Amino acid sequence: MDKGVKRILKLTGYLFLILLAGIVITLVYGSAASIRKFGLGFIWGKEWNPVSGHFGALPFIVGTLITSFLALLISFPFSMAISLFLGEYFKKGLIAKIIESATDLLAGIPSVVYGFWGLMVFVPVMRKIEMKFGILPYGVGILTASLILSIMIIPYTSSLVTEVLKLVPSDLKEAAYGLGATRFEVIKKVILPYTKSGILAGLFLALGRALGETMAVTMVIGNRNAIPHSLFAPGNTMASVIANEFTEATENLYLSSLIEIGLLLFVITVIVNYIGNKIIKRYSV
Amino acid sequence: MKKILVLAFLCLFSIGLMAKGIELLGAGATFPYPLYSKMFSEYYRITGVKVNYQSIGSGGGLRQVKNKTVDFGASDAFVSDEKLKDFPAPIVHIPTVLGSVVIVYNLPGVKGLKLTPDVLSGIFLGRITKWNDERIQKINKGIKLPNLGIMVAHRADGSGTTFIFSDYMSKISTEWKEKVGRGKSLKWPCGMGGKGNEGVAGVVKQIPGAIGYVEFAYAKQNRMNVAALQNKAGNFVLPTLENVSKAADVDLPDDMRVSLTNSSAPQGYPIVGFTYIILYKDLKDGNLSYEHAKAVKKLVWWMTHEGQKYAKPLDYAPLSESAKKRVEKILNSLTYDGKPLN
Repeated sequence: MDKGVKRILKLTGYLFLILLAGIVITLVYGSAASIRKFGLGFIWGKEWNPVSGHFGALPFIVGTLITSFLALLISFPFSMAISLFLGEYFKKGLIAKIIESATDLLAGIPSVVYGFWGLMVFVPVMRKIEMKFGILPYGVGILTASLILSIMIIPYTSSLVTEVLKLVPSDLKEAAYGLGATRFEVIKKVILPYTKSGILAGLFLALGRALGETMAVTMVIGNRNAIPHSLFAPGNTMASVIANEFTEATENLYLSSLIEIGLLLFVITVIVNYIGNKIIKRYSV
Repeated sequence: MKKILVLAFLCLFSIGLMAKGIELLGAGATFPYPLYSKMFSEYYRITGVKVNYQSIGSGGGLRQVKNKTVDFGASDAFVSDEKLKDFPAPIVHIPTVLGSVVIVYNLPGVKGLKLTPDVLSGIFLGRITKWNDERIQKINKGIKLPNLGIMVAHRADGSGTTFIFSDYMSKISTEWKEKVGRGKSLKWPCGMGGKGNEGVAGVVKQIPGAIGYVEFAYAKQNRMNVAALQNKAGNFVLPTLENVSKAADVDLPDDMRVSLTNSSAPQGYPIVGFTYIILYKDLKDGNLSYEHAKAVKKLVWWMTHEGQKYAKPLDYAPLSESAKKRVEKILNSLTYDGKPLN
């Protein structure tokens, strides 16, 4: 029995590796035509012109990175606050329960619902703000997409960090209290240093989610295939351009370029994960 | 337990029996989907032939025809001479209805906007950026245009609608032809993209000062303001079903692969195009059985004749008599394994 379980587990592990390799091979194979034609220049090419057959991924790479990191930046204070509330201040009780399930629920909402809500409620608000500032009131754009994304990724950081906060040994905290530290001082000097790697792990989990988010972003980013010149300008992301243009990409080179964008997104995710792991290792206690 | 099993088995069996009649498989354009699904459900009622149509987009439809995985394909754009060579065997284009693309706008208090080709291309090229620009004001005497920025909304996803629109723009503006060109997806000089007709319509409805292009039915069902366009003959025409049908009152080529935009018909609306069913000329080339080949021919004949009565209620412009004549000729030229298909 023991052997059987071991074998099954091993098999599942290998199967996963094979699956991953299969995805990479398919992506590389599918993007061969585009790689041959544009080479590395594809990565910093600014032009995306399906009519003339010139393709470059830079506008989408820039759009993806800006929206993801901006979303991370915006969501961080909120997810930290929620985690501290649930993991330190109010570990038990009805309110904690409600808030906890509410944040978990945020993670369960389908992204198209976020997109729709963003388009119907959030975009008009942004438009009003833009009109006050005298900017062309698109409403949609990089900032709008980042804000929607930040709401979507809050539960990923907060639920992980909450768990990590609960893991801080109580003798450490009690010792600090014994020395006369206030609650804030305990958080600042004991809990946060102790949980640094856990917080970073939560952030990278959220970043991974933000990088690949498609539907909600597509609906509010404005879908302009050029490098955005301001936060209020419409732009586009890698996942979103694939979703938009895949169905009608009839020419080989066009299709292949879209697949190469998928490959690049994969590579970027791998790089982010790798850096994330390095950082987490360095700060882990 | 046993009884339930037997019952379930019987149910499955009867479903199997029902499906024994011929079932045709088609895939392609999304634009005619509302009409096709109405036509196919009526056709099933009348003849018992089931048609399974997947609206995956024109590009996908053509790919499926190329891969011989469907009985018929559907496309909003006709296949260019160059691309025809990619198909393993000769194909035919059979128009079913006319579609039109209309210019919708959102200007509070303004109705009955008129646009000339010059102004339209100026706006979509990003040259004209204010609604009270004198070039727009000059052709709209009697309307007070607001001092409002123009926001261009276009399709973000590849689409036949964009193809017809850009085909028209390429005809009326050399600058457009050189800088942007014609295609299902474009490198847009300005503006922002919405996903699907509903995306563009949504942007235009929400933003004062926005202008965009959508399919006729979309504008009508959403009661949006539609601009009258100056056609080749110099008349300002609104996209009514009549004016759309009139645009096809020109000399049509035998293979029906024709761009109808900027039609020379005096009352013809300028941004229109056929939507097509795509078949192999010799249906055996598409891996169809003889029965399926016959059924497809019958179906398409019905769609282009009796089925036309379903077009108008759904805001599609039916084929003109002269177009029907051409369609009959094409359908009669279909073969199976080299022999005429009857």
